[in-house]
Amino acid sequence: MGNEHKLRAKIRTVSDAAATGLAVLSTFLVVAPLVAIFIYLIYKGASSISLAFFTDVPKPVGEPGGGMANAIIGSAILLGVGSAIGVPIGISGGIFLAEFGRGTKLANAVRFTADVLNGVPSIVMGIAVYSLIVVPQGHFSAFSGGVALGIMMIPTVCRTTEEMLLMVPNAVREAALALGVPNWRSVLSITVKTASPGIITGCMLAFARVAGETAPLIFTAFGNVGWSERLDEPISALPLQIYVYALSPYDEWHRLAWAGSLVLIVLIVLAVSLVRYVTSRGVLKGAS
Amino acid sequence: MIADVPEIHISQVQVPPGPATTGDRPAATTHPVEDSAIRKFLLARGNSAIADRGFHVLMVLCALTIFGIVVLIASEMVVRSKLAWAKFGFDFFFKSFIDPYSKQHMYWDPVNGHFSALPFLYGTLVTSFLALLLAVPLAIGVAVFLTEMCPKVLRGPLAFITELLAAIPSVIYGLWAVFVLVPLLRERLNPFLIATLGWTGFFGDDNPTGLGFLAGGIILAIMILPIVSSLTREVMTAVPISQREAVLALGATRWEMIRVGVLRNARIGIVGAIILGLGRALGETMAVTMVIGNSPEIHQSLLANGSSMASVIANEFAEASGDLHLSALMEIGLALFVVTIIVNAFARLLVWAVTRGAPAQVH
Repeated sequence: MGNEHKLRAKIRTVSDAAATGLAVLSTFLVVAPLVAIFIYLIYKGASSISLAFFTDVPKPVGEPGGGMANAIIGSAILLGVGSAIGVPIGISGGIFLAEFGRGTKLANAVRFTADVLNGVPSIVMGIAVYSLIVVPQGHFSAFSGGVALGIMMIPTVCRTTEEMLLMVPNAVREAALALGVPNWRSVLSITVKTASPGIITGCMLAFARVAGETAPLIFTAFGNVGWSERLDEPISALPLQIYVYALSPYDEWHRLAWAGSLVLIVLIVLAVSLVRYVTSRGVLKGAS
Repeated sequence: MIADVPEIHISQVQVPPGPATTGDRPAATTHPVEDSAIRKFLLARGNSAIADRGFHVLMVLCALTIFGIVVLIASEMVVRSKLAWAKFGFDFFFKSFIDPYSKQHMYWDPVNGHFSALPFLYGTLVTSFLALLLAVPLAIGVAVFLTEMCPKVLRGPLAFITELLAAIPSVIYGLWAVFVLVPLLRERLNPFLIATLGWTGFFGDDNPTGLGFLAGGIILAIMILPIVSSLTREVMTAVPISQREAVLALGATRWEMIRVGVLRNARIGIVGAIILGLGRALGETMAVTMVIGNSPEIHQSLLANGSSMASVIANEFAEASGDLHLSALMEIGLALFVVTIIVNAFARLLVWAVTRGAPAQVH
């Protein structure tokens, strides 16, 4: 009896240690690939990046040199169009959810639809925008790519705006209304302003997310080997160019793909760290 | 709806009449000369009812736009996939056809206009489940470590790293997979798997490229890890501390406390997190497209080339060889759309069922 008891106690101690070990091991296994990817990316990217990368357009196959200036400007234009569509609609949707529709059936339905839209695979978004815009227009265009990215930004912006507005204390709204400020003014200059660091954070998260999207651009922005800054022409984008170059058989292009990835990842890491910094400081501390 | 606005307005004004007036009057009388900015503003504006109503309507319209977009996407895809639907019906997803010349099973033949989505369904399911198989134990391990065991100093940085993992674009995962993971599989892991587990039939040695279902599954696993682990962490944090204390008070070891007190209480939410990861894996495109090998075939061997629903769209949509081909690809996209909606909605419900009871966070 005593022996059995000792054995059980031993098993319990051992299994406790084993579980701890497994948890530590799995954390290591998760962190390891990230560190591996990161180090490799920095190593490959840094050894192949040059000034020409930012200033030149791609050279024909076989010629050394060339850069991705066209893809960088392309990404900037696409993200500009995307933000112009996604941010206002997203923020307004969030304002509706938090300020006007609280607890109504319509708000619940909108919230659910936003979550659905968030879950739609990006490739599906690509073919949907293709048939909505590219087919009627008859050609690929930067505009259609921007629309695809904009639609993908809406749910993230909308839901973070809602969450941030809900954190604004009701007393602030009541104070504004008690002073006779009309409701729309109170929403825009008091509530939204109070929550604005959080809302900007949401916008940047959405921005960082779509900045790396490739799938919705394949059939909309399509890519362009030359310089283009027109909205009605096919346009290149960093992720798109990385995809094409990664699958090409040329070492020179692989080099450019790594350099492009480094630029993209630096942009995204900056955005995410900034977001983390802002949120860790407590967005609404001043308000409450 | 519109009529509510002025009412709210009035009631809000009526709420604090006592203290507000008594508190404000003396302050107002001490500065009788100049009007406050708010007072000036109030004097300058007219009746705000129209502006208020307009603003309300505008916000509702924007919210309805989100509705409109989803409906538009769905209807457009239904319309464009009609051709394939009319020609193949349900067989599109379940049946192969026999090639008249070689007498073999064929699935996808754009030249002769025969289309069956079966190999893509198979590829998507195999890579997604492989990804879950690899990612779920690791994700739960990470979540357990971060919520229950980790020293506070490490918690922030580790959570940040998993967050970063989620922010890396899928095309960069693909790039890394093409140049690092696939050669690694080709030279190390695949020969090892073929030698030790070849007899099971899951690891055939007829594909020396290193591409295939396994490569797709591994890269997907790396990609869904962050979302599964961060949601699992969220669900585990929602378990009340008293549960942990109660189990510990009975003399449990730490692992027993985690198993009985935390994991058991959070299990529904963890299942939700896993399903949400599945939803992500089903629709993931670029990284998988770059390493799966892209051939419309069904193989038992995990090392063989395959194709997934998303990858076939990415590969063939831009140069589809005719209306029927385009329509077939569109139908695959529609299927992906519907499946991910169902999977996501189900997962959200599960996560919500667990976290809604959590005590509200104090900000």
